[in-house]
Amino acid sequence: MASISGGAVELKRSQAVPVRSSLWRQAMLRLRKNKLAMSGLGFIIFMFLICFIGPLFSPYADGKIDTANMYSAPSWEHWLGTDLLGRDMMTRLLQAGRISLTVGFASMCISVLIGSILGAIAGYYRGIVDQVIMRVADLLLTIPSLPILFILGALLSEWKVPTEYRMYIVMLMLSFVGWPGLARLVRSQMLSVREREFMQAATVLGLDDRRKLFHHMLPNIIPLLIVVATLNIGGSILYESVLSFFGLGVMPPTPTWGNMIDSANNLIDFEQHPWLWIPPGAAIFTTVIAINIFGDGLRDVLDPKQKK
Amino acid sequence: MTEALLEVNHLKTYFPITSGLFNRTVGHVKAVDDISITLKEGEAFGLVGESGSGKSTVGKTIVRLADKTSGEVKFKGIDLHQLSEKELRKLRPKLQLIFQDPYSSLNPRVRVGDAIGEALINHGLATKAEARELVLEVMDACGLSTYHYDRFPHEFSGGQRQRIGIARALVLNPDLIIADEPVSALDVSIQAQIINLFRKLQVSRGLTYLFISHDLSVVEHLCTRIGVMYLGTMMETASRDELFRNPLHPYTKALLSAVPVPIPKKKRKDQKERIVLSGDIPNPANPPSGCKFHTRCPFATDICREQLPVFRHAGGDHYIACHLA
Repeated sequence: MASISGGAVELKRSQAVPVRSSLWRQAMLRLRKNKLAMSGLGFIIFMFLICFIGPLFSPYADGKIDTANMYSAPSWEHWLGTDLLGRDMMTRLLQAGRISLTVGFASMCISVLIGSILGAIAGYYRGIVDQVIMRVADLLLTIPSLPILFILGALLSEWKVPTEYRMYIVMLMLSFVGWPGLARLVRSQMLSVREREFMQAATVLGLDDRRKLFHHMLPNIIPLLIVVATLNIGGSILYESVLSFFGLGVMPPTPTWGNMIDSANNLIDFEQHPWLWIPPGAAIFTTVIAINIFGDGLRDVLDPKQKK
Repeated sequence: MTEALLEVNHLKTYFPITSGLFNRTVGHVKAVDDISITLKEGEAFGLVGESGSGKSTVGKTIVRLADKTSGEVKFKGIDLHQLSEKELRKLRPKLQLIFQDPYSSLNPRVRVGDAIGEALINHGLATKAEARELVLEVMDACGLSTYHYDRFPHEFSGGQRQRIGIARALVLNPDLIIADEPVSALDVSIQAQIINLFRKLQVSRGLTYLFISHDLSVVEHLCTRIGVMYLGTMMETASRDELFRNPLHPYTKALLSAVPVPIPKKKRKDQKERIVLSGDIPNPANPPSGCKFHTRCPFATDICREQLPVFRHAGGDHYIACHLA
């Protein structure tokens, strides 16, 4: 074959830097420059670590009831005091964090899975499939999530679902209200990507559906999906806390940040034993804020067009 | 006479205009209205016309990115619009389209090497290792360097991106390349590079081109035969030399007279009197009666307003649709 090289290309050859660049690595480099987002990420990691590792080193991890030590104020023995049954608040707070973070993370995973699969199907095949999926999603979106969650939570209590299973059911409940929004988002992105000219180019090249879907469409949607999924974790943690606070989510004795605040749901505890409700409240607050800050930072690097 | 590689017969592509609650069709945009083109192997056919004359739609209908309304598109004797998706997919590598916009026609998240080679692998034409070799070879032929293989499209300039688009089409070793204004998005110096590239590839690989352009000088440089389109209809076709020397259709005359001259003061001896067309191209949803060009034709008579001129033979390989010429 005849070798043809234009003059302009020859010039560029001298300034070549043969680095295999990656869009992800570039994004991560930019993210690393965002101090706020990085401190958010740092806090999330810190929270996960102390919640999952911390209780292993606690002498009170068995959650034994200690009637001699009820409502004791923070001290060297009990860093955050004890609760109405004399259990160590610090240990319980971390154990609760395990549940809350797990529920938040897992329900995000489930709703992203359901939402993106259904949204991708709707956006790729359109027509009647799209109509059915999106009308179901619309239906769920028209009902405010909190009332649905309350009703589902009340049903769980009515059916006397064993406490140890409630955590998993709460995850499913949260995914149930979370997927329609994600499905809409993924669908709209699919619709917009499929109309772009490089998809026409893919058709002309004769690429098969699988190649088009997984190599051309999804990679253009995933960055946005990651951002939304991250922000979704914060929302799920909040919802779980709200449910548990009202006694409709995960039930004691399994601790979560939400039901720990609930135990201070009377004026005496509220006024006289602030160590019962301030730490779990602060844990929810800081974790959700950290997740949101990190999510916003991610949005800035992965999806600059979506800036608020 | 060798057999025609591409035969487009009386092709019509209408886009429905819908309105109202139930998307009732209230009319049609007649983007392509009765176009016939025959392309022999090794030939380069230039399709010219002003914006909105339906040139790109012809290209897109040929590769079935748009559905035809009637007529037929035969590629090597096979009617492309009769094929099933599956059969068409198998045939696609032989028939490639180069897009106008080198920015939007490349996926920003696919590395250049993958973008060029993926069709080879996807069609089972080459293994991964073979594809890499072929891609590097084609990239070299298109003036791209080896180290560009792993780069992303955003790291390239417009001209380089168009080279990627060309390489992507070439690697499949197609029999026909439809180039849809491949240089119009580039600046003039890069245009020259890309056109020279097209020309070299034409010589070295014996490619057949359908070259769509609004730039007559580009087409003059590259094509052996030229067709002039106006409002979805072919006005005149002739060999390049014949068309430039002896344009018969008033529209062609007007277009040719508008081609810029390097030194305006020194008139070329074959320089034509400048014919300025007034107004814009009419709405293709509601084209004028009779000859579509009569609203802007300086020589229009009553017959032009009433009767659609037949596309007729005018000596040699010259064909024309005009009552007067």
